[in-house]
Amino acid sequence: MTATLDTKVSLAGALNRALADALSEDERVLVFGEDVGTLGGVFRVTDGLTDRFGEARVFDTPLAEAGIVGTAIGMAMNGLRPVVEMQFDAFAYPAFEQITSHLAKLRNRTKGHVELPVVIRVPYGGGIGGVEHHCDSSEVYYTHTAGLRVVTPATPADAYTLLREAIDCPDPVVFLEPKRRYWEKGTIDPTLRSPGLDRSVVRLEGSDVTLISYGGALGTTLEAAEAAADEGYQAEVVDLRSLAPFDLDTVAASVRRTGRAVVVHEASRFCGYGAEIAAQLSETCFHYLEAPVLRVGGFDIPYPAPNLERHHLPDVDRILDAIDRLQWDDSAPLADGEA
Amino acid sequence: MTTTERTAASHFLPSEEPLGLVSPDGKRVEQPGLPMPADEVLLRLHSGMVAGRRFDTQATALTKQGRLAVYPSARGQEACEIGAVLALRPQDWLFPTYRDSMAIVARGVDPIEVLTLLRGDWHCGYDPYRANVAPQCTPLATNTLHAVGFAHAARVKGEDTVSLVLLGDGATSEGDTHEALNFAAVWKAPVVFLVQNNGYAISVPLAKQTAAPSLAYKGVGYGMPSVLVDGNDAAAVHAATEQAVARAAAGEGPTLIEAITYRIESHTNADDATRYRERAEVEEWLERDPIARLKQYLTDRGLLTEQAQQEIDVRAEADAASLRERMNIDTVLDPAELFQHVYAEPTAALRTQAAELAAELEER
Ligand SMILES: Cc1ncc(C[n+]2csc(CCOP(=O)(O)OP(=O)(O)O)c2C)c(N)n1
Repeated sequence: MTATLDTKVSLAGALNRALADALSEDERVLVFGEDVGTLGGVFRVTDGLTDRFGEARVFDTPLAEAGIVGTAIGMAMNGLRPVVEMQFDAFAYPAFEQITSHLAKLRNRTKGHVELPVVIRVPYGGGIGGVEHHCDSSEVYYTHTAGLRVVTPATPADAYTLLREAIDCPDPVVFLEPKRRYWEKGTIDPTLRSPGLDRSVVRLEGSDVTLISYGGALGTTLEAAEAAADEGYQAEVVDLRSLAPFDLDTVAASVRRTGRAVVVHEASRFCGYGAEIAAQLSETCFHYLEAPVLRVGGFDIPYPAPNLERHHLPDVDRILDAIDRLQWDDSAPLADGEA
Repeated sequence: MTTTERTAASHFLPSEEPLGLVSPDGKRVEQPGLPMPADEVLLRLHSGMVAGRRFDTQATALTKQGRLAVYPSARGQEACEIGAVLALRPQDWLFPTYRDSMAIVARGVDPIEVLTLLRGDWHCGYDPYRANVAPQCTPLATNTLHAVGFAHAARVKGEDTVSLVLLGDGATSEGDTHEALNFAAVWKAPVVFLVQNNGYAISVPLAKQTAAPSLAYKGVGYGMPSVLVDGNDAAAVHAATEQAVARAAAGEGPTLIEAITYRIESHTNADDATRYRERAEVEEWLERDPIARLKQYLTDRGLLTEQAQQEIDVRAEADAASLRERMNIDTVLDPAELFQHVYAEPTAALRTQAAELAAELEER
């Protein structure tokens, strides 16, 4: 491994580096999917890997998502560690049966005899001007399925370490890549391991309100936290990283300090990930809460066309509005529709 | 490479008529290119089918006694179940469906472990790595892809392992079958697909399932050699499977075998087959019983004596009695296990939930 510390790379580059390092350190690792070979993937996450590791380890498959995941399951049963790519969020749906009925359940069905260390990489979310079916936030389809781990990095550093840890993990991992952050640069340290594949981290400390976010929305949330500071609110920002399992300890500890919470995600609010967080916080932190947990998310609509997506995606203003609505002043009348 | 090498389609075509080696009345049939298994193999096929049928009737009886939640019988399909499994080498893997309990028992898995699923105690009761048998697969056709991936991995690792995947006629309409045939052919994976065409997918007859000349033709479009055999002829199923296994092991890729057979019982004990098929049709197929015909052939040739048959029957009866006895013992299930095999290590939430359930049970 040619570990260089403090290298500035894009999130996509960090993923590429993680795959390369995993391929060179563990011969059981295979990388395959649609266009991941010669082309290097439509987002270039697998760029150069076939050249470096050969067709047998990094290869293009026929076009068939169920086929990709189904064969990955068979390979994992036979001792390999497949890392497969779904080209886009909504194009992973043909593989849904293989993921939910087999990948997620085989350990359980066989009382632990069959272990499936498979990683499914899924570029997800919007914000890149993609036409329909290219922008879904599909996380809760997976988080609702017991047996899967679901993680999503928001920074290049996390992209590297989380992917390495996902590949090493004995459980199947759905690895959601926020595609609108693919080109953002940051430093990575390949020698570093995170606090754990299932741990959330506090990205910014603050004492007034906890903003909880992940993936593509994290950057927006951090911007909002900065803007909130100008308005006099010191926001703490938690980056979930792991959506399943949910790191309640880290989130609850923060909310108990601040007494207020806003969850921010791109996905629709109804039955969205924020609903689960709000429920868990009200179950475990009720007496610490000074206001209801609010959610900022996409509308309950199919992901809109590129020229309208800015109206759907949570932005800094919407997050600030939510912070404003956190009942800072008990004597103030309730805003419309909030009773 | 931009195009595949062209091979004449005829190379992949199945025969017009199902290949057979023993006729329904027990006579030898010459079949160029399909060698008759050795006498000793035929005897094993025979005793295997007798044991298989006895297991099957025992399981059906246990269902009636409420000892099994459900049982999909393979009665009438013994030639496929036993013929195919006995053609596997020890290192090969079987990828069965819900219908193939008999095949799994023939592969050497303890019948009581096989029936764990249908008894309702746990989803899969055996360790797949002990007899190289994947868990019985209920979502149709999904096991075809696991078989392909498994076989491909064996090649990547330089191991000589062939996957045999069993599927029904209905399952050939599922998308996963299409994807698996294609992946297997493109990768030249060492896989044998055995379609047991038993005429029905629950109530839906083959005519409503496909317009293909035969299901074996489905291999041709993928560039896969395809074989059509008489699925009630254990010798033919064994010979065809053995050839396909040998071809796969030699690096020549997958084979699709369609075996024409018939499901004598209802889809499961919960089904009523009289709603969609005539008794006369069942009678007709009873005339083509796979066990009677091989027995006739072996007896005529002096290979199976009255005494040998008796010994086979006694052994099958003893196995059934042992199964019955063991199935009549109530199992003790540990609810704590519900939380133990979801992830490699239980998550914090699962530990909490396990404690909740434990407290609840304590109170009662
Ligand atoms: C994906 C899926 N759809 C539907 C079912 C319900 N189902 C169970 S068995 C069956 C019929 C299958 O017929 P076939 O493949 O011919 O196999 P056979 O039962 O005759 O052995 C159906 C529809 C299922 N198990 N999986």
